[in-house]
Amino acid sequence: MRHLLSIADLNRDEAISILDTAVELSRISDGQVKKLPTLRGRTIVNLFAEDSTRTRISFEAAAKRLSADVINFSAKGSSLSKGESLKDTAQTLQAMGADAVVIRHSASGAAQRLADLEWMSGSVINAGDGTHEHPSQALLDAFTIRKHLGKGARDLHGVRVAIVGDILHSRVARSNVLLLTLLGAQVVLVAPPTLLPVGVESWPVTISYNFDAVISEVDVVMMLRVQQERMSDLFFPSAREYSRYFGLNSERMARMPQHSIVMHPGPMNRGLEISAEVADSGRSVIVEQVSNGVNVRMAILYVLLAGGPLEMSVN
Amino acid sequence: MINNSYILRNASLLGAKKNDIHISQGVIKEIGSVVNSDSATIIDIAGQIVLPGLVDLHTHVREPGREDSETVLSASKAGAKGGFTALSAMANTSPVADTAGVVEQVFRLGQEAGYLNVFPIGAVTHALEGTALSEIGAMADSIARVRVFSDDGSCVSDPLVMRRALEYIKKFDGVIAQHAQEPRLTVGSQMNEGDISARLGLKGWPAIAEEAIIARDVLLVDHVKSRLHICHVTTAGGVEIIRWAKARGIQVSAEVTPHHLLLTDDLANSYDPIYKVNPPLRTEKDVMALREALADGTIDIVATDHAPHSSETKDCEWQEAAFGMIGLETALSIVYKTMVQTKLMDWAAVADRLSIAPAKIGHYDQHSQGLTVGAPAHITVLNPDNNWTVDRDLVLSKSRNTPYHGMELPGVVTHTFFNGVATLLDTKVVSEVMN
Repeated sequence: MRHLLSIADLNRDEAISILDTAVELSRISDGQVKKLPTLRGRTIVNLFAEDSTRTRISFEAAAKRLSADVINFSAKGSSLSKGESLKDTAQTLQAMGADAVVIRHSASGAAQRLADLEWMSGSVINAGDGTHEHPSQALLDAFTIRKHLGKGARDLHGVRVAIVGDILHSRVARSNVLLLTLLGAQVVLVAPPTLLPVGVESWPVTISYNFDAVISEVDVVMMLRVQQERMSDLFFPSAREYSRYFGLNSERMARMPQHSIVMHPGPMNRGLEISAEVADSGRSVIVEQVSNGVNVRMAILYVLLAGGPLEMSVN
Repeated sequence: MINNSYILRNASLLGAKKNDIHISQGVIKEIGSVVNSDSATIIDIAGQIVLPGLVDLHTHVREPGREDSETVLSASKAGAKGGFTALSAMANTSPVADTAGVVEQVFRLGQEAGYLNVFPIGAVTHALEGTALSEIGAMADSIARVRVFSDDGSCVSDPLVMRRALEYIKKFDGVIAQHAQEPRLTVGSQMNEGDISARLGLKGWPAIAEEAIIARDVLLVDHVKSRLHICHVTTAGGVEIIRWAKARGIQVSAEVTPHHLLLTDDLANSYDPIYKVNPPLRTEKDVMALREALADGTIDIVATDHAPHSSETKDCEWQEAAFGMIGLETALSIVYKTMVQTKLMDWAAVADRLSIAPAKIGHYDQHSQGLTVGAPAHITVLNPDNNWTVDRDLVLSKSRNTPYHGMELPGVVTHTFFNGVATLLDTKVVSEVMN
């Protein structure tokens, strides 16, 4: 594996090996010395052409725990905001000797273009491209689900997951649909019809417009962020109405099965898609997702740059 | 005047009869068994197909304004290479071709280049803004004699503006060539809306946005009894509406591009914007419907929508990239591959769809007579037995944005004659046209 551009590029074994590597690495994170020397002398560039705090920091922490040198390259104040093309930026990074580029970009397919056009020789890791994919988020979500509901299995066979909200514009949803179904989970997408893409019928999922009909039937409820500006684009009549039908509040949460968990990729709109009580409740694993994110991103860097998954036998 | 004289030996006219063709003084002088003539250049073209010179009703020559991506001269040479003897220069230049001054300039540049006729298309509305009519009458009466009007690139979406334009051009039997794209349904659209766009996270351009405008405009043109031409039809549904309209006797014609006869939206999986075009590549089902419609005459013509773009506008992310692909040099090969090799059309039908019918729609009278004695000698010769591999570095267009780079295509255009003058000889475009 040279790049991580889309979950579609992974087979089941590769996906599981990343999760297993993350488990091994999390033992180190939990220990006294958090750092591994694996990527000493390697340079990883965080190329964030779109605002993002948590994903960038998560990748930065992951790279540093593996002893890599990290260069942060953000949209604001960089040449990207001055109209420089992606191609020129990539060639600049190549000239500086980047071994890997972690790219966040507002254009769907930007990571794949970076990888395909041989603008640079290093690995490309997609940290979210437009409304296409966010593979590292899906991997950390799968990691989190497996930890809570996997019952010791290596995959997610039989786990029922509802992904709720703006599927149309969500790269998190696209990557999660691919990964969770690859790992054997059953996925139901819950959204108003306006926020489901035409063509969703071909996805290996079921569709529901009725959150209440679904909520008592699933093991995981994954809430998606809803952008306030979607209202002006006529996707739904008002924030209140959206919240009423598709928001997760205490009342709805009370109907979830005992063992079930609540997830959110962040950042949350408290009071819109998720109430503060739910976000802070015992079912919520939202904060844990963030800490798992560092371990999963370490695993991704490890697999791509250190030449394969970390074997279980490693001390 | 013109001293060029040629005898094409063993020519297969429209793929049928073996004959000689004598070209002299700019016209087809004789078809049959032609005796040698001392002054004539003899070219033996045994086994090759002779067609009336191709006529493109939809070309972006980019001059004036974007001479870095194409000029009238470079488009003329690319046209000659592809077997064309007439192009129609779309109005979306800078300045827009919405006045007599601009269309006369483009027309004259075509005459000066001399490789083929460049017929300017006038804008329907001022600055392509869709609100006020352009100087339609002045353009029609100019030396360019404009008969085709189009806001191509933008749709004339306001129904009242469209109605008025359709009515106004009746004065001189003009035609409105509509770029059918409902603007509100296609805000920010990037590719065909369907399974592929859903997966790729690229904003969809739904087929309905094309079909809704076609449906509205065939009804409008029926009401005002004018002439409507639908540019680049891409959808099976659009074909059905045109078929219905024609059955009712409505004066509508339609075109399909070579790329929509061959390529499909799954090519976007690469995120390579070489496949980004407006209207977008559709599905296999649409491609098959378009081929069938071209064969049965529901779609009247093939037009290239040749759209040159400089490399930096394609060497980037998909959503940042420009829409469009070049097509003059590959058009006949694509039609051969998709329509003739598939046995959907014979060469007589190719001559109609790529030469005679477009000339009639545009009132390009000197191009509408086909291969007849006494007609202006606009002739295209194709070797159907040779294949060639498209190389974007070898195109004569100033831009390299061909989606066929590296693809092997059937049929090589060997000779093109414009007004009896060779513009392409033995697959080489002549360096200067002597007339």
